[in-house]
Amino acid sequence: MIEVQGLHKSFGAKHAVDNVSFSARDGEITGLLGPNGAGKTTTLRMLYTLMKPDAGSVRVDGRDAVLEPLAVRRTIGVLPDSRGIYKRLTARENIEYFAALQGMDEAATRSACDALIATLGMQEIAGRRTEGFSQGERVKTAIARALVHAPQNVLLDEPTNGLDVMATRSLREFLRSLKAAGRCVLLSTHLMQEVAALCDRIVIIAHGRVVADGTPDELRALAREQQLEEAFVKLIGEAP
Amino acid sequence: MSPAWVVYWKEVRESLRDRRVLMNSLLLGPLLGPILFLVMMRLIVGRELEKAEQPLPVVVIGAERAPELIDALRQMGLEVKPAVADPEQAVREQRIDLALRVAADFGAAWRAGRPAEVEIIYDSSRREGGSDVDRLRGMLEGYSHRNGSLRLLARGLSPGVASPLVVSNRDTATPQARGALLFAMLPYMLVLTIFIGGLWLAIDSTAGERERQSLEPLLANPVPRDRILLGKLMATASFSTASLALGLLAFLVVGQFMPTEQLGMSLALGPHFLAVALPVLVPLVLLLCIGQILIAAFARSVREAQTYLGLAQLVPIIPSIILSVLPVKAKLWMYAVPLLGQQLSIMRLLRAEPVQPVALALSAAVTLLAALLVFLVTRRVYESERLAVAT
Repeated sequence: MIEVQGLHKSFGAKHAVDNVSFSARDGEITGLLGPNGAGKTTTLRMLYTLMKPDAGSVRVDGRDAVLEPLAVRRTIGVLPDSRGIYKRLTARENIEYFAALQGMDEAATRSACDALIATLGMQEIAGRRTEGFSQGERVKTAIARALVHAPQNVLLDEPTNGLDVMATRSLREFLRSLKAAGRCVLLSTHLMQEVAALCDRIVIIAHGRVVADGTPDELRALAREQQLEEAFVKLIGEAP
Repeated sequence: MSPAWVVYWKEVRESLRDRRVLMNSLLLGPLLGPILFLVMMRLIVGRELEKAEQPLPVVVIGAERAPELIDALRQMGLEVKPAVADPEQAVREQRIDLALRVAADFGAAWRAGRPAEVEIIYDSSRREGGSDVDRLRGMLEGYSHRNGSLRLLARGLSPGVASPLVVSNRDTATPQARGALLFAMLPYMLVLTIFIGGLWLAIDSTAGERERQSLEPLLANPVPRDRILLGKLMATASFSTASLALGLLAFLVVGQFMPTEQLGMSLALGPHFLAVALPVLVPLVLLLCIGQILIAAFARSVREAQTYLGLAQLVPIIPSIILSVLPVKAKLWMYAVPLLGQQLSIMRLLRAEPVQPVALALSAAVTLLAALLVFLVTRRVYESERLAVAT
């Protein structure tokens, strides 16, 4: 469960994030939808404690992200915008590295790695060095290492960026399985189809502000449009 | 396992699979210094020996006017070359190095007991000829002095009358000290080895990690950033120390082939040197590695980091140059200056002179303190928000 209240962040004179509030619940997939440069990545970075908000609060499972960053990082798994993996390590070694940094012991690491490698269909590539991996294989590795500690909350920044149709489909299925397991999934995207296909709740962000927040049906009703895409364009257009 | 060790082992494992790191840290770094040294030594020694033994070829104009002089010079190693028409012009045009002209009235003056004139024609702006000119002048002065003494004796006077002052040279430089002078650059070679040994890791684990966009995911783990920094520092320092140890070993081996005895010098490049030099230099390894990491953390890309560190590599040469140009007497406070202290210690070790324990302790303590300070500064850079965000 992630609760964001009145979040502010500026870089110089630019207000990247301006009074953003929303929550992402357990057992739901929440989508942060907005055009490029709307402040999605900056918002997520404050959620996973890479940046400190200028004002406002972030609570993850009731813990304050500013006061207890380490505790918060233990309960979240992050697929950031930058998702570089270590090319001289195998896929499995990449995952094991993060498991060790999460403080997991050897036995727990092995079983978690095996399970994730099976779920994400990585058996073929797990023992290979990641140099020369396809975009899809790299994202799978990055997701596996982010989730090796079985975090309750999962944050993904534009997860399907650069993935082909098949890889996108299997990623969506995987996110649905997380939701079914009662996890809190929060993803950012600028793709309409993504939220339409996946999300239970949509938070639309434009110019660093939340312009709408609700289920797809609620948003359609709010914008008085039948198509979600039309609703999106209309809602963003109304933003100052 | 504590997070710093996790980071450490990952960096070490990854680096051991990187041919670039292996080449630099374990091959180029350790071997560059010793090989450069061997080549330099061979060149210098070869040249000095050649000069002392080889005949000195000199163009002589008017050799027939002073047959006795020329005979005497021949015995001292002069090789008479046939005369040229315009020796001044020939020297100016660098066709010949130097010429000796016997004055037209040489014979008459000699017989009359007046000072007879010979001219050395050379170009003092040409450095290479300098020692040849000195050699020729020495031969002539020797001949002049001998004949002057004979003339005095012939007149019943003691030759001592014409030499009120006797200057004798007594060089107190021990063979070891003379060798160490030539080896003033060896400490810098060792510093360079330390530098090259850690270079790739420092760049790769900071600027490289950011450029490949793996720093942000790394920082999303529940690990304080200073632990990550500590792991990276330890890994960098390990490779740097390995490079240094291999470099010292290489010096030990190469030392056997150095023609030091031919120059009448000896260098204490034995196992004792190895055993003491390594602990003397380890604090410097830490300081240089954390310095490299700090510089690499400021750089926006790997390329930029390489440029900065390439320049930084030249900084440690400053104490070497100061020490070789100004042969200052080592004072205790100098050991408190990082780099300078280690260079002084290494030079004393090379001369087989004991280094005061207090000086060694002072050098180590101040260098470690400096390393800690740089670590704290680097930690601040690591804690900053903009560190992780790739541009």
